[in-house]
Amino acid sequence: MSAKDEILSRIRSALADTPATEEVPREYRTTSDMNEEQLIELLVDRLVDYKAGVEVIEAAQIPEFVAAKLKDAASVVYPQGLDTAWLSALGQNVEQRVDAPGARLSVAELDATSAVVTSSAVSVAESGTIILDGQPDQGRRAISLVPDHHLCIVPISTIVQLLPEAMPRLSITRPLTWISGPSATSDIELERVEGVHGPRTLDVLMVRGL
Amino acid sequence: MPAGGQGNLFETEPFPKAAHRELGNTQMRKNLRHATHTIRDKRLKVVGELPDWEALRDAGSTIKNNSMATLEERLLEFEKNFTARGGVVHWARDADEANKIVTELVKATGSQEVVKVKSMATQEIGLNEHLEAEGIDAFETDLAELIVQLGHDKPSHILVPAIHKNRTEVRDIFLSQMPVVDPNLTDEPAKLAEAARAHLRKKFLAAKVAISGANFALADTGTLGVVESEGNGRMCLTLPETLITVMGIEKVLPHWEDVEVFMQLLPRSSTGERMNPYTSLWTGVTEDDGPQNVHIVLLDNGRTRALADRFGRSALNCIRCSACMNVCPVYERTGGHAYGSTYPGPIGAILSPLLTGIEVEENGSLPYASSLCGACYEACPVKINIPEILVHLRGDDVDAKREKHKLPTQMDLLMKGGSWALGKGKNIGLLEKALPLGRLAAGKDKKIKKLPGIAAGWTQSRDIPAPPNKSFRDWWSDEKESM
Ligand code: SF4
Repeated sequence: MSAKDEILSRIRSALADTPATEEVPREYRTTSDMNEEQLIELLVDRLVDYKAGVEVIEAAQIPEFVAAKLKDAASVVYPQGLDTAWLSALGQNVEQRVDAPGARLSVAELDATSAVVTSSAVSVAESGTIILDGQPDQGRRAISLVPDHHLCIVPISTIVQLLPEAMPRLSITRPLTWISGPSATSDIELERVEGVHGPRTLDVLMVRGL
Repeated sequence: MPAGGQGNLFETEPFPKAAHRELGNTQMRKNLRHATHTIRDKRLKVVGELPDWEALRDAGSTIKNNSMATLEERLLEFEKNFTARGGVVHWARDADEANKIVTELVKATGSQEVVKVKSMATQEIGLNEHLEAEGIDAFETDLAELIVQLGHDKPSHILVPAIHKNRTEVRDIFLSQMPVVDPNLTDEPAKLAEAARAHLRKKFLAAKVAISGANFALADTGTLGVVESEGNGRMCLTLPETLITVMGIEKVLPHWEDVEVFMQLLPRSSTGERMNPYTSLWTGVTEDDGPQNVHIVLLDNGRTRALADRFGRSALNCIRCSACMNVCPVYERTGGHAYGSTYPGPIGAILSPLLTGIEVEENGSLPYASSLCGACYEACPVKINIPEILVHLRGDDVDAKREKHKLPTQMDLLMKGGSWALGKGKNIGLLEKALPLGRLAAGKDKKIKKLPGIAAGWTQSRDIPAPPNKSFRDWWSDEKESM
């Protein structure tokens, strides 16, 4: 018998008492009644708690804030679908690299890049979680992982309070990355240290009117 | 009865013996006490923030029960969906078979080394040792796992595996074991984390093959999920060409939307955070993004055996959050090493014997490693009634031993004695008359250091105060007379 057949037959005999299934009681919260200002306040509070840098700005201010956050970066990578106007105020000294299908940066090139700018799909205020789902303005997973500084745009229109509100907005067939970070460890005497292998700096621009 | 599991699921020595030794390790006890108390205080705080915590637990527990009740269907559904998206599914009856499958997959890539993200399933099957014997180097990339691996040590906690080591010990391990390390490395956690980063960076960027576990698999989409903090998970899941995931068959969840329940229950129960820094979900292969050669090994290794136990099967609902060990008074004092198995603490005390079979001598003492105080049940996000299963397993253990010996064991006699003593007031009165005898058994310090027979286990690691020179009954009747 193949391993598969044998395991399945073991399962059948283990469940010979035919245990009943029950309707899942989904009485947990699935909708919130927070207004936009409350959502912003909650998400800012959570992200600051995780030691991320956060600014709440208007759409027109994006280029100015992107330039300010990246003023010390030598180079920045962005996914092909990102609105390049956002990078328009970057200084001449910051080299811009685009990661595009058919023209991917190698891992070594990403490793030699200081920062990355991406957008995001949905954010959950209650847990301080920003979700990237690989759409063209967020790019493939490696670009938001290897550079040491991640600057992430969160359109305020994409913030929800609860995780169950975020789920229907995600396309599961794309790889998802949930970020409630930056990267951190508490493995040595439980002392929290930000930044191990993922980007050590996470800056979030929460944008109105986007 | 389906076959029992093998690998690192056994007590390496009986719990009382191991516990006795570990109790002498004051450094470990101090670290552990600090860790368990810190994490459980944080946990209580963030759990208290959710007004619907109990509703989430109810949902989580029912989802898991349903999953186990329909396991065959769920696994087939998962296989179909994962395969349709370009992944390859393998089935392994036991540790040996899983190790062979993984080794062959690695060899087929031509690579001599793999990077690994913390995985209890691969620890359970002893994969690293197996790969090493086959000439393949496996690098643990989780900071704590790296400390344990470089220190040629064993994890002592499922969430913070190196919690028994303090910062100076970690620095010493790094200094002596990392090929390139700053000789002036201090013991500041930030500096140590940086050393780990530098040590592993090249490995991540060059790795061709990664091995991971999975926190869950979704049947209706064919998706896998890994929950982590440091980004080593993302590195392993994203950069290599080949990704091999080893996962116990009990980790499958029916629906995509079930993730919303478990991703609220798990981080809060586990690290006491509102959410862990990183969670990755992937469905087979995504063109142009991440590994293009994606495998999963579905592991039985005793899980079907546990499933057959109708009182014990809910132990398979465990999401490995570690909340039960952080509240357990026995674990707090003995630490994880005393349990021998990959799975320590209250859940380990039931899961290991359920996976291997209680009649296996090496796991007979685990169900006794508990005071049955019930704290674990209260903490468990998926409501596994650990104390009830412990009691049930103790009964099975007594039966198994009786079966073997065919003669009444000391335990039987003790139990019989107990029911005789408690059965009638007169009997217990008779017993109490013998109390002064107990004082003779005690030494000058008024402590009984050693009881005979099976009860010796009780006195191996603790002293019993000598009984009073008079029983309560005698004292009462004397008092009444003099009144
Ligand atoms: S038994 Fe419950 S509390 Fe213990 S690790 Fe498993 S899920 Fe967590």
